[in-house]
Amino acid sequence: MDKLLHIRNGEKVNRAEIPCLPFSQFRQTLLDFAEEGGQVVQFFAYQESDAVKLLAVLRSDRLFVTGCEAPQSFDSLTAVSEKFHMFEREIGEQYGLKAEGHPWLKMVRYHKNYSGTADVFGNDYSQDIPGNYPYFTVEGETVHEVAVGPVHAGIIEPGHFRFQCCGERVFHLEIQLGYQHRGVEKLLQSVPLKRLPIIAETIAGDTTIGHGLCQAQALEALADLQVDDGARVVRTIALELERIANHIGDLGALSLDVAFNPPAAYFGRIRGEYLNLSQILGGSRFGRGLVRPGGVTHVMGEEQRRLLSDKLAELTPEVEHVNELIFGSPSVQARFDNTGTVRRQDAEKIGLVGYAGRASGLAYDARVSFPSECYAELPANRNLKTEGDVCSRATVRREEIMHSTGLINLLLARSQEAKSYTPEELNLAPQSLVVTLNEGWRGEVSHCILTDDQGKIMRYKVKDPSFHNWTGLALALRDEGISDFPLCNKSFNLSYCGFDL
Amino acid sequence: MLKVLKNRLEQGHRTSRYPKEQIHLYKRFRGLPKVNSSCRAELVQQCAAACPQDAIMADACRIDLGRCVFCGLCETLSAGEFVTFSQNFEMGTAQRNDLFTSGDLPALADHAQKHFKKLFGRSLQLRQISAAGCNACEADTNVLNTPFFDLSRFGIQFVASPRHADGIHVTGPISENMRAATLETFAAVPSPKVVIASGACAISGGPFHGSEDIVGDLNSIIPVDLYIPGCPPHPLTTLHALLNYFK
Repeated sequence: MDKLLHIRNGEKVNRAEIPCLPFSQFRQTLLDFAEEGGQVVQFFAYQESDAVKLLAVLRSDRLFVTGCEAPQSFDSLTAVSEKFHMFEREIGEQYGLKAEGHPWLKMVRYHKNYSGTADVFGNDYSQDIPGNYPYFTVEGETVHEVAVGPVHAGIIEPGHFRFQCCGERVFHLEIQLGYQHRGVEKLLQSVPLKRLPIIAETIAGDTTIGHGLCQAQALEALADLQVDDGARVVRTIALELERIANHIGDLGALSLDVAFNPPAAYFGRIRGEYLNLSQILGGSRFGRGLVRPGGVTHVMGEEQRRLLSDKLAELTPEVEHVNELIFGSPSVQARFDNTGTVRRQDAEKIGLVGYAGRASGLAYDARVSFPSECYAELPANRNLKTEGDVCSRATVRREEIMHSTGLINLLLARSQEAKSYTPEELNLAPQSLVVTLNEGWRGEVSHCILTDDQGKIMRYKVKDPSFHNWTGLALALRDEGISDFPLCNKSFNLSYCGFDL
Repeated sequence: MLKVLKNRLEQGHRTSRYPKEQIHLYKRFRGLPKVNSSCRAELVQQCAAACPQDAIMADACRIDLGRCVFCGLCETLSAGEFVTFSQNFEMGTAQRNDLFTSGDLPALADHAQKHFKKLFGRSLQLRQISAAGCNACEADTNVLNTPFFDLSRFGIQFVASPRHADGIHVTGPISENMRAATLETFAAVPSPKVVIASGACAISGGPFHGSEDIVGDLNSIIPVDLYIPGCPPHPLTTLHALLNYFK
């Protein structure tokens, strides 16, 4: 296939090898790929000298890349396949390129575009808030509207939710984000390289390792750095600890949302125990400062290995018992079952990833399809309950907790020690592209870096799994009771900051 | 029912006795840095140049804890000769200037505003505003409500409405898109009210400093009473600051 270049996860390619198709051919290639069941990993615009170009990274069981010169406006791909809908909105917002015929071309994060061209959405950015927008409304005598946010009732991130309801029943939920937009991509392209790891770790704080790894692997490919086996073990353990901590926290919160308090209290504390394991590994409960281009800053010695292994042995039965308590309770089951269902065909259309995708029957797991670090040598997980409802999403997480625990135990049994870390000056290869993917706890995290002919970062594109999955939450609420919103929301637990960048 | 009881027995009582008993964090934890002010200038310069946050003031031989993200690079680079991070998590201050430190912070309890202690010492209700950070500050504030920390035993609660609150606890560098919501939430809190800036972002813009999409410093739009440094602050850092400032 000369219209698509086959690439590998975390391997740099010469940008000259990337196809540059006429737009019509580019469009058709993407649509054909999507039609055959492929998914979009990245699809974005970038500026190279005076021209604006488009680049798409696609996945089937392999990864492909292709590109084209971007027309100022073009025939929307979303009009044919939903898989492109968020990406086309983002391209419009970032570079002012209009996807004509997009069924719902609205802003993503509410900011001025990078190219200084006319705004695609007609927004006036001298206005402070992203609320300057006519929300989708359902009209009728019995229809009412519920508006929530941006500031919410708990200690959570800001976002605006607009429900169109008939009584308790939700016809439609529209989610407008952008409140957390802090210009991450622009920063990554303009600041000194020394700041990059700190910014990557704070794209989504609960995915510190996921995003940190994506960046480290990308820079390692561009700077030709080798990572030793010991460091790979530490990185893999860190990513799995992040997964366990988040899943446990969410299962506790799900229990709280159906008013079953004891498991919420237990899992609230136990989540902290896993965060403390990350602290033993690298000094931070969130894994901050551990993963760096070239390796890890803290090696795992005998002491850390023993502390981790002993604590896991103590915690694992407790976790199992609390899970039995949650999943064995009929009143919990009654609330979890058949609530917030996203059917498989819808999940596929919107490109759901991570546990949300797996709970809807899309088995994709980047650890299996595009293994990085130690994953090629580790056993995969299999999910048994895939009906797309809250119960499935909860069950998938329960299964993943036990699977990840197993992986960590396997890795702890290895005895490689990493070499100690010395910060290195990074010299990035010029005219290159690298794409990295990792299965963060929420799903596929991907970073893509393009360098110019001086080896400077020309475009840095970040994709958090939440970019796909927020649409899943909106679909899950269709025809549900509005009082089940917290439950559905927690079963996805998506990132606002990872989406807003 | 039997399962509920069995789990209850297995879990037991887990609430920490802090502050009556000290908690010792694992040696890799990076808390209050100790700065060697007689370190050779060349090494200090080298650390300052490498610091991803530009948080080291080489001439004064101090670290700005309001900018520092506790990544530990300066400790690694200087092999502990210039900086070592201690396990001391008690880092809250009442003044921004106090965060420019060489390792000693003024005792927070002595610098707290006395009328706040009188007003809020027995009951403090806070409205949390999450404004464009990475959600780690929020997550490690939320855990104060879990049984280990059990914040409510001190009479401190995070409440849903600013109308019910005695002050705001702000995390994140305040994006331009959150500026209006932050100011409106603050305005909705009845006076007298306190303002807490939690985490490097709310204090200095943190990892995002320099971005044109953020305000970057809470104090530039609302006067701050209490600073809690960290990226994110350890839950015990927050707990210590709240207890010492208000109790």
